[in-house]
Amino acid sequence: MTRLTRWSAAELAARIHAQDITAVEVIRAHLDRIAAVDPALHAFLHLDAPAALAAAAAVDDGLRRGDPPASPLAGVPLALKDVFTTVDMPTTCGSRILQGWRPPYDATVTRRLRAAGVVIVGKTNMDEFAMGSSTENSAYGPTRNPWALDRVPGGSGGGSAAAVAAFEVPLAIGTDTGGSIRQPSAVTGTVGVKPTYGGVSRYGLVAFSSSLDQGGPVARTVLDAALLHEVIGGYDPLDSTSIDAPVPPVVEAARAGATGDLTGLRVGVVSQFRGDGYQPGVLRAFEVAVSRLRELGAEIVEVSCPSFDHALPAYYLIAPSECSSNLARFDGMRYGLRVGDDGSRSAEEVMSLTREAGFGPEVKRRIMLGTYALSAGYYDAYYGQAQKVRTLIIRDFATAFDQVDVLVSPTTPTTAFRIGERVDDPLAMYLSDLCTIPANLAGNAALSVPAGLSDDDGLPVGLQVMAPALADDRAYRVAAAYEAARDGADGGPLAQRVPDLEVAVR
Amino acid sequence: MPTISRDEVAHLARLARLAVTEEELDLFANQLEVILTSVARVGEVAAADIPPTSHAVGLTDVFRADVTRPGLTQQQALSGAYATEDGRFRVPRILDES
Repeated sequence: MTRLTRWSAAELAARIHAQDITAVEVIRAHLDRIAAVDPALHAFLHLDAPAALAAAAAVDDGLRRGDPPASPLAGVPLALKDVFTTVDMPTTCGSRILQGWRPPYDATVTRRLRAAGVVIVGKTNMDEFAMGSSTENSAYGPTRNPWALDRVPGGSGGGSAAAVAAFEVPLAIGTDTGGSIRQPSAVTGTVGVKPTYGGVSRYGLVAFSSSLDQGGPVARTVLDAALLHEVIGGYDPLDSTSIDAPVPPVVEAARAGATGDLTGLRVGVVSQFRGDGYQPGVLRAFEVAVSRLRELGAEIVEVSCPSFDHALPAYYLIAPSECSSNLARFDGMRYGLRVGDDGSRSAEEVMSLTREAGFGPEVKRRIMLGTYALSAGYYDAYYGQAQKVRTLIIRDFATAFDQVDVLVSPTTPTTAFRIGERVDDPLAMYLSDLCTIPANLAGNAALSVPAGLSDDDGLPVGLQVMAPALADDRAYRVAAAYEAARDGADGGPLAQRVPDLEVAVR
Repeated sequence: MPTISRDEVAHLARLARLAVTEEELDLFANQLEVILTSVARVGEVAAADIPPTSHAVGLTDVFRADVTRPGLTQQQALSGAYATEDGRFRVPRILDES
């Protein structure tokens, strides 16, 4: 029965809905898998087996009564990044300042998952407040990469990506502010999608950088990601930046793409995202992926986006600026940690002591960096100039999408690096987000799909596909076609080649 | 090249309500200088006539129907509080003596 954990969400859902197997059997198999491998991985911060079993049993009961499934994913297990509020589980954001916090409301994403009959197994580990590219900034210890336990699973959503890659769950939810869905997916051999900004509600997503944060799906196949995208996406009146338009037809696009024909599609290779600083094996895997797209009928052209060279510095001004404002809410007054309230200290002193004790070093760095960038005297040179760079990046995308249908690049310059390798060098860590950041700044759709293993270290590489805003379906179509071609050439999905951790644990 | 002194970091920490330690002042002064030097590259872009973008999608005012809808109950709002008193948040004194 453990092989159930190897199935895709689509296969599991079909079998559950046909009542060949029960949702309870499916969740049990996954809970067994989690018990076997999570001690080695630490993908989860919180598990709720009884609630998951009850949710699965409710799906089975409905099906037995003859009710139609609540959604195409009813009964399928999912792991939720610990940055979405849940009334029945703690929400910590990987931070000590929210240790044990039980929110009084569900995020819209949480609510939609529950309504769709998706079985939420638990909450996944993450860099504190989603700030980081390795999950090492979690106050609760790092998550390990199932492909090599001494390596990071990327970040900030390393827990979600590792859980999916290690067959603990077929589906997870991440959030992507500068690459926190796509980069972990790239280094764990999973599919991760950052939808168009405003495509998935941010209500109940604890804010890091509000103009950039976007929730999205993590899965082992493009179709599974699309199915999940349609469950969580769509207009939400509770989020003032939510787009009031239908969810792009991503499932249809994934199915159409899987037939493997990209004739007539124009694919732009971003010339800025190559060269120095890129691992040779990653670039070779990327070139192979591009030639596969060509074999599928796509026309490949080189596209220059000169402003992308300034995306990283612009991001590391804009995101910290917004974070310094958003994280002001953690003041120890209404919820979360409070330190030093001895009856003599003032609120301001308690606030400073609480934030000092509750935040980790990366969060403090970014808060201070943002405070600096927004200060009178520095505002124009830093934050103001970064906002102008943002305009130029949007224009580069617009020019590029006049010439091509999608843009492609490696998702991140290297494969998974070793735990501890970049933790004392913030700038080296920031470089992980080099290729993913432009899509956040411009708000358009982008995803990472596994592109084989790097020939120099045998670790997964991601192919990033970027599409215009609201054309998420286009990225899915390309990724699905590529995935089918890659699986055909490799004799099976990459995700199935992850080392057998149960053996490794013993 | 931007330089950031220990005193400036202490000032930022005060503004950001972070009671940082002496060791952190040294560490952060060093790291913030490295980061600021790198991000200062945004200044290389000639952008005098470029309008700033604060948000990727155009922000417009969003209205909703003027109907009441339930918010959190008092009990829910207080559920995460460190301390409560008489159904309210109990907080430390709000005035500093200095």
